[in-house]
Amino acid sequence: MNFSEVFKQSNQLCKVSPDGKYLATCVQYRLVIRDVNTLQILNLYTCLDQISHMEWSSDSLFILCAMYKRALVQVWSLEQPDWHCKIDEGSIGLVSSRWSPDGRHILNTTEFHLRITVWSLCTKAVSYIKYPKACQKGLDFSRDGCYMALAERRDCKDYVSIFVCDDWHLLRHFETETQDLSGLEWSPNGCVLAVWESCLEYKMSLYSLDGRLLSTYSAYEWSLGIKSVSWSPSSQFLAIGSFDEKVRILNHITWKKIAQFEHPAIIDNTKATVYKEIEKRPAVSSDEMSLHDITVASSLFSTQSKYDISPLPVQIPVVKPDPDRANPKIGVSALAFSSDSRYIATKNDNMATAVWVWDMQKLRLEAVLEQTSTIRCFQWDPRRPRLALCTGNSKLYLWSPGGCVSVQVPAEGGFQVHSLNWHCSGDSLILIGKDQLCLCYMDADQNNE
Amino acid sequence: MMPESSLVKDHYGISVKCGAPLLRHFNQSSLPLHGNTNAQSAFCTQQNVPECLSHINQEVSSLGLRTIWTELDESSDLNVVTVLNCMHDLIQLHRRSLRTLENMEVEQLKSSSKLDYLQLSTTRLKEQLECSKRENTGLLERERQLQQKVKSLQNCLKNEKEEMQKLQNMIASRATQYNHDMKRKERDLNKLKERLSQLLVDKKERKQAIDVLNNIGRADGKRSVWKTEKTEAKHEGEMYKTLLSDYDARQRDLVLENAELRRVLHQVKNDMVSLLRLKKLTQKGVQNERDGTQANSEEEQEEEGFEPGKELFSVHASEKLTNSIRLQWRRLKSHVEQLDSQVSLAQVNAGKSSETTPRETQEEEVDKLKLEIQEYKDLIQTQQHLLQHQLSSSCDEITSLRNDGYMLQEKERLRGEWKTLEGQRSIFERERKNFTEAAIRLSHERKAFEEDRATWLKHQFLSLSPCGDPKKLMLSNPTGASSTGETELNLQLTQEKLSEFLSDSASTPKYRSSSSLSTVDLHHALHATPENLLIKPKVKTTNTEESRNLWEDFPILQELSEP
Repeated sequence: MNFSEVFKQSNQLCKVSPDGKYLATCVQYRLVIRDVNTLQILNLYTCLDQISHMEWSSDSLFILCAMYKRALVQVWSLEQPDWHCKIDEGSIGLVSSRWSPDGRHILNTTEFHLRITVWSLCTKAVSYIKYPKACQKGLDFSRDGCYMALAERRDCKDYVSIFVCDDWHLLRHFETETQDLSGLEWSPNGCVLAVWESCLEYKMSLYSLDGRLLSTYSAYEWSLGIKSVSWSPSSQFLAIGSFDEKVRILNHITWKKIAQFEHPAIIDNTKATVYKEIEKRPAVSSDEMSLHDITVASSLFSTQSKYDISPLPVQIPVVKPDPDRANPKIGVSALAFSSDSRYIATKNDNMATAVWVWDMQKLRLEAVLEQTSTIRCFQWDPRRPRLALCTGNSKLYLWSPGGCVSVQVPAEGGFQVHSLNWHCSGDSLILIGKDQLCLCYMDADQNNE
Repeated sequence: MMPESSLVKDHYGISVKCGAPLLRHFNQSSLPLHGNTNAQSAFCTQQNVPECLSHINQEVSSLGLRTIWTELDESSDLNVVTVLNCMHDLIQLHRRSLRTLENMEVEQLKSSSKLDYLQLSTTRLKEQLECSKRENTGLLERERQLQQKVKSLQNCLKNEKEEMQKLQNMIASRATQYNHDMKRKERDLNKLKERLSQLLVDKKERKQAIDVLNNIGRADGKRSVWKTEKTEAKHEGEMYKTLLSDYDARQRDLVLENAELRRVLHQVKNDMVSLLRLKKLTQKGVQNERDGTQANSEEEQEEEGFEPGKELFSVHASEKLTNSIRLQWRRLKSHVEQLDSQVSLAQVNAGKSSETTPRETQEEEVDKLKLEIQEYKDLIQTQQHLLQHQLSSSCDEITSLRNDGYMLQEKERLRGEWKTLEGQRSIFERERKNFTEAAIRLSHERKAFEEDRATWLKHQFLSLSPCGDPKKLMLSNPTGASSTGETELNLQLTQEKLSEFLSDSASTPKYRSSSSLSTVDLHHALHATPENLLIKPKVKTTNTEESRNLWEDFPILQELSEP
């Protein structure tokens, strides 16, 4: 495992191009394009204001930089550095900006969600979409890029519009069964749209591509409901994490629950392994449970840590949420399927130091990773069943079915890993700190395991 | 008592009228007063008047009344006044006693009635008590039930309270969520209002604009198309195409899965059928008749099942398949249960076939089995003891232990048998010894007897002959006579001893049968011998010789015994 040197970044805007060749980072109002392997700066662009949002187009040719304060969007071309494009939303303001799947249209959401403006870079044409709903996830593109689903709210009712991304033709427009739609997501095969309610009611509705209601699922009434949703990459399962600390898995044939994963505070009577991170005071050599030799240049002030397998029963530390606050810190807030749909990783907010990994084949708990601090981010390797997670300290943690490893990120002055992103090939990781970033290159033999 | 008192009362009346004749009557013995005394001898007669008087005096004085006669009176005539007084007193006394008797009777009646009453009342009270006890238990039972009810209701109440608490918490969280959302919306609204007011005030309105250096081509390189109905239809078509392809793919997967599952089911069914067939082969005879019809139906089903490919898509076929599998499974289950029961029976019967037991020998078999069980239990116990012994002496291998145990057990048994044999042999030896002694004695005695007989015969002969030597005989006889007498005695003794021996021999075990026969024969022989000896003088010489070898020359004894 090799670590690159640390680079500056701002706003946690570091993205690898979809073809995996380039790394774009934003430093204040500059956009820096680097080669992923050599990390040499290939291009440097300057924007008019501090960049709030940056996104690669799907063909990796263009990058948009949005500056929300100034309601400006600037688009840069990789092939032609001289090419420029500037979209000014004017007085109406800008809340969010994104590419369309074909990489030639930009969708800007105005302030207060008054409308979505669709700018075409091919024809300079403008389209407007009225009444978009301001919710957690009101807009989603299907994976093949053909269709876009948009949540709308008119006359205190929820609607969903399905657009053909080719020419923005409105394919379907239907009212949903929801009282207050909170989010929608396409299944990876693009045939089913999952629509869920706000947390005040547990209700998951499933619509077919042509707008027919396939099924609704409601686990219970009255208590706070759905907190997180995730489709399995094979479109076979829909995982719903809720405020009652449980994950329910629905199957794509009957849309009924086939499994329920619970997160008890005391883990007992299970074949899963519980890994507990144990910190050691400064040690010269690290004796982690590593899969292979790691060359680590440890700094004097960092504490080494390793994983120990805890014998059952294990008690996970629970933090009781404040009952008087809205959006309590309880329930399953993060769900992620591995790329082969074999595993699902979950995080329960009142046990924020633990990541639970479940085996989807056997429908039971596979492993629990108990960390020393709250988990900030975890993501699966896009190629293999390997989970990377970070807890805001200077370590990177990796789990695979073979075992668990804790890696110290070598950086002078301490580098706090706040979030991470896998490279699309699964060979490297981008570790993003507060205003720094670092690349971690996995070894070739490790990848071959 | 009553009839006498009535008599007395009557005669009291009579006595008032006739006082003197009463006395006369009194003197006479035929007074009806003493009704009882007519049958008995009269108390007072002419002769014993003074004695009677004195007696009566005594009686009266003992009763505490004034005496009727004192010795001072010289006249033989009684003082009528005193007598009358006495009589009056007596009558009064009698009356009083009668009254007391009546009173007592009344009292007794009263008390008996009281007793009855008390008894009744006690029974009534007992019943009441029983009743009240029952009531009490009933009430206790009710109380218990009510308490239980109270407990359950309290539990319900607790549960309801908990639920209510939960609902309250839920409502509270919902309320906070609503409030939060409300506040957020209000904030948004306020922002919007501000913005609106700002825009209204603001003169410079920045319009939307896009500034592109040059138009870029489409991603796929094609030219953009106008939006027409055709394109719309095309989009619809494409959408349905995607949906259909997805459904197709899913259906294909399901078909493959179904085929796989069907194949697996077929395999399972075939395995079960083959298993059952194998097991049937091992149970011929009795079961063939029973399973004849079943086998036929099985074969039918097997024939049906041999066409999996054709019937893949018919619901009917799948139903048939599942039904046949269920049937096979049921058969397999029943078979396994049968085997289990058979195994348990076989263990009980210790190897005997449990199927072909005819009813006649069942009881015999049961008895035999019981015996066997007992034997095995004993065996097990001895083995256990041996094992424990071995374990205490820390032996390593279990099999050698077991073998040693068996060996030891065998040894024990053999030792026991040897002991019994030895005992019997010793007894046998003893008896033999006694017998030989007796026989020797007998032979001696016989010898003597023979000698005596010989001398006696000689004597006889000599006496018969003109010249005789009585002295010789006399000389020899006394010894002979005494010896004959002795021998006779001895013979008798030996006979007694022999009878004893015979009785002993009868009780000895069977393996001494050969010797017992000889003793019996010997007995017969010896019984017969005195007569034989007398009748057959010829054989006497051989007798004395052979009598020594009694045991050995068995056939000769037989000859002896023949008349």
